[in-house]
Amino acid sequence: MEEAVTPAQAAHAEHTVDSIVVRFAGDSGDGMQLTGANFTDDTALFGNDLSTFPDFPAEIRAPAGSTFGVSAFQIYFGSDDITTSGDAIDVLVAMNPAALVTNLGEVVPGGLIIVDTGAFNEKNLNKAKYDVSPLEDGSLDAYRVLEIDIQSQVIAAVEPYNLGHKNSLRCKNMWTLGLVLWLFGRDKQATVENLQKKFASKPDVAGANIAALNAGHAYGETAELPSGIEVYKVPRAKMTPGLYRDINGTTGLAWGLLAGGQLADIDLLFASYPITPASSLLHTLAARKEFDVTTFQAEDEIAAVCAAVGASFAGSLGITSSAGPGIALKMEAISLAVSAELPLVVINTQRGGPSTGLPTKTEQSDLLQAVYGRHGDTPLPVLAASTPADCFDVAIEAVRIATRYMTPVMLLSDGYIANASEPWMIPDMAGYAPFPVTFCTEQEGFSPSNRDPETLARVWAKPGTLGLEHRVGGIEKSYSTGNISYDPDNHQKMTDTRKAKVDGISRDIPEQQVALGNATGKLAVVGWGSTFGAIHQGVKRCRQEGLDVSHIHIRYLSPFPANLQALLCGFDKVLVPEMNTGQLVKILRSEFLIDAVPLNKVSGQPFKIREIINAVKAEMAGS
Amino acid sequence: MNQAVDKLTIDDFTSDQEVRWCPGCGDYAILKTIQKLMPELGKTRESQVFVSGIGCSSRFPYYMNTYGFHTIHGRAPSIATGVKLANPELDVWVITGDGDALSIGGNHTMHALRRNVDLTILLFNNEIYGLTKGQYSPTSKVGTRSPSTPEGSVDRPLSPCAIALGAGAPFVARSIDTEMKHLSAVITEAHTHQGASFVEILQNCPIYNDGIFEQVKDKKIAPDFRLEVEHGKPLLFGKDKNRGIRLNLEKLALEVVTLGEGAELADVLVHDQTNLAQAQLIAAMQSPDFPTAVGILYHKPVSAYVADLSDQRLKLREKRGAGDLGKLLRTGHTWQVK
Repeated sequence: MEEAVTPAQAAHAEHTVDSIVVRFAGDSGDGMQLTGANFTDDTALFGNDLSTFPDFPAEIRAPAGSTFGVSAFQIYFGSDDITTSGDAIDVLVAMNPAALVTNLGEVVPGGLIIVDTGAFNEKNLNKAKYDVSPLEDGSLDAYRVLEIDIQSQVIAAVEPYNLGHKNSLRCKNMWTLGLVLWLFGRDKQATVENLQKKFASKPDVAGANIAALNAGHAYGETAELPSGIEVYKVPRAKMTPGLYRDINGTTGLAWGLLAGGQLADIDLLFASYPITPASSLLHTLAARKEFDVTTFQAEDEIAAVCAAVGASFAGSLGITSSAGPGIALKMEAISLAVSAELPLVVINTQRGGPSTGLPTKTEQSDLLQAVYGRHGDTPLPVLAASTPADCFDVAIEAVRIATRYMTPVMLLSDGYIANASEPWMIPDMAGYAPFPVTFCTEQEGFSPSNRDPETLARVWAKPGTLGLEHRVGGIEKSYSTGNISYDPDNHQKMTDTRKAKVDGISRDIPEQQVALGNATGKLAVVGWGSTFGAIHQGVKRCRQEGLDVSHIHIRYLSPFPANLQALLCGFDKVLVPEMNTGQLVKILRSEFLIDAVPLNKVSGQPFKIREIINAVKAEMAGS
Repeated sequence: MNQAVDKLTIDDFTSDQEVRWCPGCGDYAILKTIQKLMPELGKTRESQVFVSGIGCSSRFPYYMNTYGFHTIHGRAPSIATGVKLANPELDVWVITGDGDALSIGGNHTMHALRRNVDLTILLFNNEIYGLTKGQYSPTSKVGTRSPSTPEGSVDRPLSPCAIALGAGAPFVARSIDTEMKHLSAVITEAHTHQGASFVEILQNCPIYNDGIFEQVKDKKIAPDFRLEVEHGKPLLFGKDKNRGIRLNLEKLALEVVTLGEGAELADVLVHDQTNLAQAQLIAAMQSPDFPTAVGILYHKPVSAYVADLSDQRLKLREKRGAGDLGKLLRTGHTWQVK
């Protein structure tokens, strides 16, 4: 809490702020995710830039009122570019004591807390381990607290619908949303339409929810609220004109894979085994079978990758997806695809490890696994997505590289990107150059070991093709015939060739750009993956203060872009923030012999902007 | 593409690779049988895909002049499933062994069978690990002495056919490496069957487990130890075909009877390959109390996985039309920024 003036405090004086962080928190069953999603729609329609992050417990239905059952949805929105879901909370909606106690630490002093006093009964206070109600002991004096008996308000508002006590209370979240929409001067029409659509078959439920929404909104307009609680104004952001939608990382990856398949003119087999937080990718593609994608829920992680490898052998593009523990199980089959030189896309939605670790929390601790974690000398390209929208383009790139180079490609996402969402300007697919796959059909001179002289990619001859019958396998193959070979010199040559093929990809990818700042200078902050937003904002604010710092974000982690070493050598210092104990920094140091400095965080939570700023300032002060 | 199918010979299905099994290995006989059978099946070389795991038997695809994929230990059924999903037009064979299919790959064997993927799975059962030099396998008899069980194995073996039936395989058969005619007939049926078919082939390993199936193979004694089942025919065996299998209804168990010694032909169970309970009893029969059953133990077609999946997709496409990416990107909430 070091920043002197928070957006919320500024609001107190002027009512207008550049940006604001709102967090809805309640029981798993309170509908906080739905509330957040609707608020996001209304905020996007208003014209703010935004970023959201749902934070839900690993338990599906934790006991009501418990601290480990708190489900939260955070949105950061504003008039400037927003690239993270926000550091500290300006407005906290706490539906019960557990939601308050688990989130209070992140609320800025002077921030607004809206509580449902109806849920602050003895039972719930005990579950949150409060001896005395925080509403009565002065412990919230540093904040502005809006106490409303939401439960009573809701029951009165939906009474005409005769839903009964329990079902009436389920409309609590929409009442609260109505109030928050008023607080930020948002139009509630989009939410009304969403509710009508969602409950089309249950008009009573739709009506009750809309009544609750309207009642919450009216409450803000008419009730005498304590002084200091007035409507916030967050001006519209300047965004490039175009058609926009919300996108999260999972949808970005799914649609990117479909787009990649079309650009490559190839059918996809997506084979997976359920695992948090990767399963939603399987669900998203399973619902899209009108496209040329077949989804296969295998009996385990190994079967999933093997089915994908089999599909690639047969002339489709095999794709498999998991989180770290599942990727560990898949590695032997990935190595087979390296050896047999077959295309494969492997998506790792990283989560907190090791072992079961923190399944619903985010981490970047599988980079070394992706780059090095196989038996034998087994190089393969590794890409990472940096934002939900970036997932779309990185998925296309993974399909391109896998099919062009006949190689498995590892694509790293994480639990944060998978669930976070941001506005996305819908791209025009005509702007993407197709990269159609060519299957070999020529019998003359055919050998399964034939290579493209430029890419070194092995020829792809799919079963069913007349005259190209051949065998491939995991045993070392003769460079010239593809038949089994135990020859020592041949193994050296094949190992060198596989490496040269993957190394050569660095000539076929864009040069590393500087995301923000100059191409040389005192300090480069080098990141990869979902830390993009926090680094970007942190570097931006430091530059506004006049510090000579640049942000470089690496999408191609193996092989690196050809100019990366020279670029990094143009800076006096290199700082590498990562949500692990220092993995990219290790690779940069070993590849380039540069004295890069790590900045590590492994709490299951994304970096905060101020953590980046503090680290940048500490580095600059030490130079 | 099919113009020359009827002119193909064994040579067309024989690859140029030197076969590298131990002299006397049962795998040679199986290879020869299948290479000889292929022209009779009337399929093109390019439409056949042999997928194998790891082990002696899994070298098999290298010797077939078709498409082939020698993969990793235990995973051939999964890889074959991917091949079939990607191109349902292909005939996909899985060549595996007792260690490959029932130990490291037990899970995949089970699921390929219960899912009913249209694969022809040939399990070469020699009751030993050959390639790793002779350790006991999950089908080795109790007491098998091996480098890893110097005092003899103590864990009980499983029966491949019983496992396949338990997993819901719609086609389960057993045959013998050197019985070319019987093996050909069984494999032909297995290959014709739409859906997962499972064939256990009793195969001799002359190096590490020599003679393990001698009772059912030795022409002199085999009639007393081998029962060749045939749909609709009574379960008779013995040199004079005077011994039979009767169902003891009180015990709900099979028993061996001798005709003329308190039993008539009418008492002998008639093989019904569509009867799962009966197939399970027959599959479990073993020496010394029973003869070993060979032939098609169970065959009852059910709808196959890949075909059902294709039907689902066709229906969906009729309803939604072919996927339009531009439309997909614009589904749900969108807004225009000016």
